[in-house]
Amino acid sequence: MPTVKIMGVFDSGKKAARGINAIRKNDLGSVTAYSPVPDHALDHALERSVSPIRLFILIGGIIGCISGFALPIYTVYDWPLITGGKALISLPPFVVIAFELTILFGALSGMMGFLILARLPRVSRRTKAITVDPTFSLDRFGVFVSCDPKSESAVREALKLAGALEASRGA
Amino acid sequence: MNSVGTSVHTAPSNAFSRIDSDILRTMGRPGYAYCAAVAIAALGLGFGAYAFSVQWRFGIGVAGYEHPVLWAIYITNFVFWVGIAHSGTLISAVLFLFRAKWRTAVARASEATTVFAVLTASLFPIIHIGRPWFFYWLFPYPNERQLWVNFRSPLIWDVFALSTYLTVSIMFLFLGLIPDIAAARDRCADWRKPIYRALALGWDGSHRRWWHYSSLYAFFAALATPLVVSVHSIVSWDFAVSILPGWHSTIFAPYFVAGAIFSGLAMVITLLIPLRKFLQLEDYITIDHLENLAKLIIVTSLIVGYSYITEFFIAWYSGNPFEQQTFYNRLFGDYWLFTWSMLICNTIIPLLFFSKYLRTNLVALFTISIFVNIGMWLERFVIITTSLSHDFDPANWSGLYQPTWVEVAITIGSFSMFFLLFLLFIKNFPVVSITEMKEALVTSNGEHQELRITSESLHSSAASSTGDSI
Repeated sequence: MPTVKIMGVFDSGKKAARGINAIRKNDLGSVTAYSPVPDHALDHALERSVSPIRLFILIGGIIGCISGFALPIYTVYDWPLITGGKALISLPPFVVIAFELTILFGALSGMMGFLILARLPRVSRRTKAITVDPTFSLDRFGVFVSCDPKSESAVREALKLAGALEASRGA
Repeated sequence: MNSVGTSVHTAPSNAFSRIDSDILRTMGRPGYAYCAAVAIAALGLGFGAYAFSVQWRFGIGVAGYEHPVLWAIYITNFVFWVGIAHSGTLISAVLFLFRAKWRTAVARASEATTVFAVLTASLFPIIHIGRPWFFYWLFPYPNERQLWVNFRSPLIWDVFALSTYLTVSIMFLFLGLIPDIAAARDRCADWRKPIYRALALGWDGSHRRWWHYSSLYAFFAALATPLVVSVHSIVSWDFAVSILPGWHSTIFAPYFVAGAIFSGLAMVITLLIPLRKFLQLEDYITIDHLENLAKLIIVTSLIVGYSYITEFFIAWYSGNPFEQQTFYNRLFGDYWLFTWSMLICNTIIPLLFFSKYLRTNLVALFTISIFVNIGMWLERFVIITTSLSHDFDPANWSGLYQPTWVEVAITIGSFSMFFLLFLLFIKNFPVVSITEMKEALVTSNGEHQELRITSESLHSSAASSTGDSI
């Protein structure tokens, strides 16, 4: 089905959120928002809940903790050498290794999760066109609406009513 | 609201532009003073590298080690630089979790300090070991010698703690930089544009990306907070797990962590005062920020002072003659000058910050921060050298440890390397977080607060800055 893409440009997150609410309420099309800062008003408008990134961190942390115990335990059995009269499995010092690896793996898998979920690094030519407006990293908020051609005028109207500085066809 | 001045009101819609232009302007063409500073730092680094090459060729004997003082300046530098790193994490992660909004202006510089200090610190164990070309033996990997590292050794804990700290700090710094690099990419017109384009990873400010970004940033802060406590605790256990009087102490972990943050805060002040002056960031990094750092210095100085008192008290109260002679020797032995200098620099001089006048006076702030830096370096030197020089066997008490020119040169090289990396960073990346400064202007309902700028003469109208390039 053919769609048109409308980009509404706003000078504040609150106005952009108003635009998004109008589009979503009237089911005029699918919305992507752009902003120079993370903005709670946009969060509410787009009904974002909690990012699943925490699952990546949890799983990474658990793997790190298990690895942090498994590695020293494996090595002391691989070459059983009593040092300082200590038990082969000396848990207190191994806790230090497990603690560090919990954080390391948690952070690494969090970063990996971020790159996967945020789809970065992004090299696609097609999506690059959307970001041509460098003001979105400066002071402007963008609301990008992908809609049916019949709804185009309604979308433009809704964006303008919400306070868009301009509402033009995007790439 | 972040405190960026007090007098002239700028229209909200222009506030973001103004932040962009003010901060990105700092990445413009460097002046002569900057080039001279880079040249001096590079020269110092070259001197240190040459000294290390001498040690590489002729062996560790060119250092001043003499039994029983077999840990000295290199390990002092190691602990000092790890300590410097800690304030960055305190400011960027711990204060973030506590929602201390004033951290916004100084967080980026502190995070950079962390990364460069850990990088510098991690060189010292390698410099210190007799055969640096075998440093990778510290890592546990299957090898032809069929040997594994001893996981019960605090030195191996160090390897894990430092590698984790360095990795997490770099990721934390880089994550915060991504949107700012995107802003630089969109404004940059010189040869750096392709580099910024690559580093920005294609960031476009879409809501999906901000959503995950904000979440990960908070999680990184939450992960970095226990990490920072663990790292210097582990460094302190390098000493505390041994049985040497002067080292074998249960208070070392909290004592070292407090000392680390104390020294790091001083280093941040030392760096920020010239930085805000030369990069004309007085509207962003204000006296209020420096005053808050000075207040934190008072707190940590008092903790460090309390730790000193506890150490000396326990040595006396324990009735242990070995412990007592170590601490007596520390105060009145060969190294008395260093010990007393350390005590004055770390526990007396910082208390001057109880005076609001001194806390808000740039010259006083800078001078006192230098004293704290010196004091904290001496603290590590005193702990390491005095304890080793008077061990259990009086026959070993041969006299003063004296560093050679190689050790001094490598120490100068380490400071130069740190400053060089910092200088290169501040000219190529936004030294104040553009995103967080803008975020501080947006209230929870999406309205812009007003950015108030004190010095109109510094910059042209923000409205015209939309098309500014670096």
